[in-house]
Amino acid sequence: MRITNNRPTVAVHKFTSCDGCQLAILNLEEELLTLAELVEIKQFAEAGILDEHAEVDIAFIEGSITTPREMEHIKKIREQSRYLIAMGACATSGGIQALRNMHDGQAWIDEIYASPQHIESLTTSTPLSDHVRIDLELWGCPVSGRQVTAAIRALLFGVLPKTEHDKVCLECKRSQAVCVMVSRGEPCMGPVTNTGCGALCPQFGRGCYACYGPAENPNPNALANRFEGLGMTADEIARNFLFINNSAPVFHTIGQKYSDRHDE
Amino acid sequence: MTRPLAAQFLPHNQLQRLLDTLHHSGHKVYGPQLRDDAITYAPLATTDQLPLGIEDHHAPGSYRLQQNGTQHWFDWLSTPQGIKPLLFKPRETLWHATRDATGAIHFTDPASSAEKIAVIGLRACDLAALKLQDQHFLSVEHTPDPFYTERRRHLFIVAINCTRAAATCFCTSTGDGPKCDVNNSAADIAMTELDSGFIIMAGSAQGTHIIEQLALNDADEAQLNEATQREANAIQQQRSVPSQNMRDTLFAALDHPQWDDVASRCLSCGNCTAVCPSCFCYSEQAEPQLDGSSTEQTREWDSCFTQGHSYMHGITVRHDTKLRYRQWLTHKFAGWHDQYGRSGCTGCGRCISWCPAGIDIIDELTLLSTDKGVADDA
Repeated sequence: MRITNNRPTVAVHKFTSCDGCQLAILNLEEELLTLAELVEIKQFAEAGILDEHAEVDIAFIEGSITTPREMEHIKKIREQSRYLIAMGACATSGGIQALRNMHDGQAWIDEIYASPQHIESLTTSTPLSDHVRIDLELWGCPVSGRQVTAAIRALLFGVLPKTEHDKVCLECKRSQAVCVMVSRGEPCMGPVTNTGCGALCPQFGRGCYACYGPAENPNPNALANRFEGLGMTADEIARNFLFINNSAPVFHTIGQKYSDRHDE
Repeated sequence: MTRPLAAQFLPHNQLQRLLDTLHHSGHKVYGPQLRDDAITYAPLATTDQLPLGIEDHHAPGSYRLQQNGTQHWFDWLSTPQGIKPLLFKPRETLWHATRDATGAIHFTDPASSAEKIAVIGLRACDLAALKLQDQHFLSVEHTPDPFYTERRRHLFIVAINCTRAAATCFCTSTGDGPKCDVNNSAADIAMTELDSGFIIMAGSAQGTHIIEQLALNDADEAQLNEATQREANAIQQQRSVPSQNMRDTLFAALDHPQWDDVASRCLSCGNCTAVCPSCFCYSEQAEPQLDGSSTEQTREWDSCFTQGHSYMHGITVRHDTKLRYRQWLTHKFAGWHDQYGRSGCTGCGRCISWCPAGIDIIDELTLLSTDKGVADDA
């Protein structure tokens, strides 16, 4: 499958999300003008372009699936798009809102809303890959505009976009940041997290929040053991794994294990 | 030929003159400074930027600084990353390619960024590791790396003799320290810090030239004795490699059960290789501009702990941590002998301190060389 149009069409769709990934594209500023010359943008709500039924060559999807309507809508978008790219933590892992998957979602709705009968919401928040075939995943919370332009550039060249596999640690060392876990005992998710952010947080003296999801060949058990060694409680350890990408299987399994330990 | 200078004495309040002399001879001077709870190299203009009375304490997976109440500037032992990032850049552009209107592609070299750099603070282990990096990147047998070569040619080194040892140091056992061999190393100048100043010695003609401009007195016997005593403190080291040549031991232990054990603790994060002053692996990639008219070929530090390091044509050869850890250790302590005539470890201990999981390479080497019976017993 190769894009042969001179000026391929692109759509950016939104599901359950905060719009941060769309804003990351908008923040490309000058590059956005180049992008608009290379491709024809048919749908991009944050940029004011609306045609959600447009058939396109490349569709970027922000957000997770949390309502019955979204379950149907994503199938339609799959049919009308040649390449479907899941963009950001919500679309790739279910996002922060997937925390409800571990609890009684219906009870939450009943408790929170005055008239829960008007709420049409699933009890789960799930990634796109649970519902349709995905051609490419761009992880991150939010993604960086650079990831989006690199993906489009690669597709225009007719090659597979390069995905990043290194752990945040390696990027942290390349940026010559000082390891916050070794020098201060600050918990950091860098050793199990995929890079893509350029090790942003450690460069500002903070531990990694795992925005870019699990890295390849991760060892969450060893990291959790290290967290125990730093004096963290089971609850605190669970919260480090059950955060932005809580439903990513690697994080979910270890997070659940430490959550359960607390309940015992 | 210039006559070698005798050891001279540089009073503390005259260290600034050494910095100024280096500046005046066209060097950008880098020195140790306190940043983000660590001592790291940064551009240095005045001595008041130096870390006064600060010691570094190391343990597996731990690094902490502490005030020690002295007026010493060099009581710390190792910076997190040594000199490696100054010579072998973590990321750099190798070439540009531009496509013109006719479709023809034009290649251009990146603009040279080499400047004369002087670094103050390297230790004996760093100098030994620098020699290993030189062997790799300056190799005439293979093509010398032009980027490293240019920066290396412009480097001036003021080495410091250690007067303490960290709990993670083991340079005496690798044969690389703790004292800098001023006549047989990359050091242009080597110094030992005393309570009132420094014993300063030249290691090269350039170093002699710089010291001569300071017009110092020869060190007296009391000063030389103080230096010898302080240097002796650095010899007391708690760790040691089982042997300076573990080639045959490790290659015979490829099926040792200890590899599984360490793999269960290892995060496969690559921190050990990134802080290792002799590790030299990198990967390359093309970074095209969005409009497709030009591209940059860049390289960045890689590690034997990444998937990409052993990825070949659809297959990741070393797909798990056991194989990756074994690659790191057997290359560093075994294969290196065949490639470079010695082990690739100079005993700095950075891989122990900066391992987020606190894996101690000495413990692993010891178990791998002495505990072979475990698999048979099981």
